[in-house]
Amino acid sequence: MYQYDEYDQTMIDQRVKQFRDQTRRFLAGELTEDQFRPLRLMNGLYIQIHAPMLRVAIPYGMMSATQVRMIAHVARKYDKSFVHFTTRQNFQMNWPKLEDVPDILEALASVQMHAIQSSGNCIRNVTSDQLAGVNANEIEDPRPWAEIVRQWSTFHPEFAYLPRKFKIAVIGSPEDRAATKLHDIGLHLVKNHDGQVGFEVFVGGGLGRTPVIGVQIRPFLEKQDLLSYLEAILRVYNRLGRRDNKYKARIKITVREHGINHIRELVEAEWVQIREQLKLDQKEIDRVKQYFTEPDYDQDAQQDTSYSEMLGQDAAFARWAKQNTADHKVPGYRAVYVSLKKPGVPPGDITSEQLEVLADLAEEFSFAEIRSTHTQNLIFTDVKQADLYALWLRLETEGLATPNINTLTDIICCPGLDYCSLANASSIPVSLEISEKFDDLDYLYDLGDIKIKFSGCMNGCAHQSVGHIGILGVDKKGEEWYQFTLGGSSEADASLGERLGRAIPKEDVVKTVTEILEAYVDLRHQDEAFLSTVRRVGIEPFKERVYADN
Amino acid sequence: MLIIKDREIVEDNWVHLSDEDSLIDGNITVTLTRWQEQHDLLSKHGSGLGIRLSGDEPLEELVPDLHHFQLVVLLFPVFTDGRCYSYARLLRDRYHFKGEVRAQGDVLRDQLFNMSQCGINSFELAKAESAEQALSAFDDFTESYQATVLRPEPLYRRR
Ligand code: HEM
Ligand code: SF4
Repeated sequence: MYQYDEYDQTMIDQRVKQFRDQTRRFLAGELTEDQFRPLRLMNGLYIQIHAPMLRVAIPYGMMSATQVRMIAHVARKYDKSFVHFTTRQNFQMNWPKLEDVPDILEALASVQMHAIQSSGNCIRNVTSDQLAGVNANEIEDPRPWAEIVRQWSTFHPEFAYLPRKFKIAVIGSPEDRAATKLHDIGLHLVKNHDGQVGFEVFVGGGLGRTPVIGVQIRPFLEKQDLLSYLEAILRVYNRLGRRDNKYKARIKITVREHGINHIRELVEAEWVQIREQLKLDQKEIDRVKQYFTEPDYDQDAQQDTSYSEMLGQDAAFARWAKQNTADHKVPGYRAVYVSLKKPGVPPGDITSEQLEVLADLAEEFSFAEIRSTHTQNLIFTDVKQADLYALWLRLETEGLATPNINTLTDIICCPGLDYCSLANASSIPVSLEISEKFDDLDYLYDLGDIKIKFSGCMNGCAHQSVGHIGILGVDKKGEEWYQFTLGGSSEADASLGERLGRAIPKEDVVKTVTEILEAYVDLRHQDEAFLSTVRRVGIEPFKERVYADN
Repeated sequence: MLIIKDREIVEDNWVHLSDEDSLIDGNITVTLTRWQEQHDLLSKHGSGLGIRLSGDEPLEELVPDLHHFQLVVLLFPVFTDGRCYSYARLLRDRYHFKGEVRAQGDVLRDQLFNMSQCGINSFELAKAESAEQALSAFDDFTESYQATVLRPEPLYRRR
């Protein structure tokens, strides 16, 4: 993975020093709350119900074992010994003290980590596919490009005070595991007719109150033009984006109000002016790429026979291997998901002790690296099949081997009323009820790929509007109610879910999920997936089932 | 009034005229509206002439006239309004404006570094008395990844 040189390190060290002084001036009353807010947000710091909340960036989800140990350490020393992984591959600490934050950032900087631009109206941490570099379908590894975007966007002096937050995601294969069409800019590495690889560029996706699927702004962008094109989009948005109403300030609204054709013209006009100046040199592309070369794979990994033996002998292992591991481009290797969705544990949460075990396991089994995923899980990307059994046993002991990846209980969930001051309703406790109710694995596997996404208010942090089943907390006269949507998707076939009907009271949420699933089982054709069934039959049959009794 | 100019605290020698103020001798700045209405009169002004521009006003309309001005004042009504960072860069990079570019309005210490990288070289701080303290802001960072007005080559061409 990428390693800082003295330039990168100096910049984040200076950032810590700068923020230490800003915090000092705020605590001394020299900065007002209004003046301090954007500064702390650009260092990942929200003020929430219990305490400040610190969101730490994990650029495109990559962590070394050393970094994971440091995360465990800061969570133990400055928080309650656990952290929460988010849908943008970052993690959050829910209880740090404001005075401690400069020390936390200094500790993180010592292992090349930071919280820069993980919040605020600026270009946020860039995300990518957790299977980048290891999946056989890939056109090109997106990580070097994500790193190039990271560097360009970090402390960009022109774009620190945008109309609103700005999120970029990069992928390199046709499957979209990074929800790129729900980003302000989505970059897809694609091959054109001449066999040349470049970027297809999407713009204007976003969630929140007004969910929008991004649209194509350019079918093919040559790779060395990436930064000039991004800079052109950002400059157009910085000038044109609305600043009078924060609910209309995202680029999705700019695109809607001006039309994609007009925006495209403006961007292209800007781009021609800066294209030459910002061309990426091959030297720089090669410099960054050298950090993402293949690890030293064992060419004989496939010779192993123990894996298939253990699959035959141990049904629980076989179930886990089927559900929680993914194909790898190198024969004899697999990618291994670490489920952070154990029933009874808030989705995405992990303790310091567990993190330390994972750091050890990464060193032992997966080239000392771990990645975070958009679905709030973790993954070891390079495990030899011969090691899977040993790894599984250790994960099992730690409660990190729940075999539920991509099933109904692999729920994406926001903090909701438990931690978030904007929440209308609780999300974690209700999602826990759902996963406790559906703990029969055979039933889960029979249901197949179903994505529940659960947010505690219309800001939509858990992407409910693109959930196969979306659940949204709403407030009705001080009571918690839940609005369901069906048929959304954040993948290559991205779409927004359709409203099921009127909101459901809290005590009926689990029952409603049950009824939706029963209807699906009745309606599906053989192996038809939930999403396909919903798309084929529409919302009505589900509506009838759920609202039949009243 | 004291301002920061080229990283030093200096006495300001410009007067900002409103659209109603009558013309005076000495260095003056006017709004874009007044410039467009009194173009002929103002272009004969004996001393320094400057213009004040906000992010609502189209920079491009001003470009053909830039040679009349020694100073362009960019307005930051609130410090979170970042439009004029783009204006500053365009003035320098694209329109090659060599005169003074000044930030006025809600101008605070913590934005000076970025403003200066974008080509702004003088600052009317919201609180003039904080100027001494604010000077250190220009050294908050010794490097940046991007091509900026102060460092026209991006880091990837220098590392
Ligand atoms: C507890 C503190 C949190 C607060 C106060 C908060 C606040 C918000 C707000 C106000 C928005 C809407 C912004 C907009 O529409 O422009 C938003 C969106 C979002 N949040 Fe959060 N959030 C919190 C926690 C989280 C967590 C834990 C996650 C991940 C699990 C998360 C991920 C997101 C995502 C992915 C979006 C959608 C961005 C988009 O529209 O593209 N947030 N958040
Ligand atoms: S969706 Fe609403 S309740 Fe949930 S974290 Fe975001 S802002 Fe808070």
